[in-house]
Amino acid sequence: MLSGVLTIRQDIVDAIIEHARRDHPDEACGVVAGPAGSDRPERFIPMLNAARSPTFYEFDSMDLLRLYREMESRDEEPVVIYHSHTATEAYPSRTDVSIAAEPNAHYVLVSTRDEHDADFRSFRIVDGQVTEEEVKII
Amino acid sequence: MAVEVRIPTILRQYTGGAKVVEGGGDTLSALIDDLESRHEGLRDRLIENGELRRFVNIYVNDEDVRFLDGLKTSLSDADSVTVLPAVAGGA
Repeated sequence: MLSGVLTIRQDIVDAIIEHARRDHPDEACGVVAGPAGSDRPERFIPMLNAARSPTFYEFDSMDLLRLYREMESRDEEPVVIYHSHTATEAYPSRTDVSIAAEPNAHYVLVSTRDEHDADFRSFRIVDGQVTEEEVKII
Repeated sequence: MAVEVRIPTILRQYTGGAKVVEGGGDTLSALIDDLESRHEGLRDRLIENGELRRFVNIYVNDEDVRFLDGLKTSLSDADSVTVLPAVAGGA
């Protein structure tokens, strides 16, 4: 039973999967920003995985600051925060859950472990609780 | 001495919802103690065992304090401090 819903455009889904494929076997990460309060992911922003690792991702701290400054000046927020898992399923790991700090964001996980069929799923992570939600592609 | 501190969404529960608060102190550590006196609980979310938490970033005038003097980074009047949680995770 899925309680919430992420509504997202097909071209943005495609761009996220393409980024994940391109960086495989390292984890890929990024944000889709949208107008504050709108819950509409509109502006695809791929980020560099500063960890360059197949098992970890982290935005570079200066990239992070620039990203948040830019979103603030445009009155945006991170509607989607995405990253890939390259050898495991598209489900938040314990590490993902313990570090997640944007209770209003949709956390999108993409698994690239299957060469042909990428798994694309969305979750809320609030106070250590993971709730999967429906993904509605428009 | 007044320093402007930008608070991320997840920590605004400690600031009554405020995005920006004011504080004082000669160092980042002193500033955090000062903030704690008015926003109880905030310090624990920033510091663990006397160190800046691994997945919290603090910037002084757009410089990451990890590349300055960490919690000992000195502050001057009208400096601006930004707190941002890391965006990170792992399989």
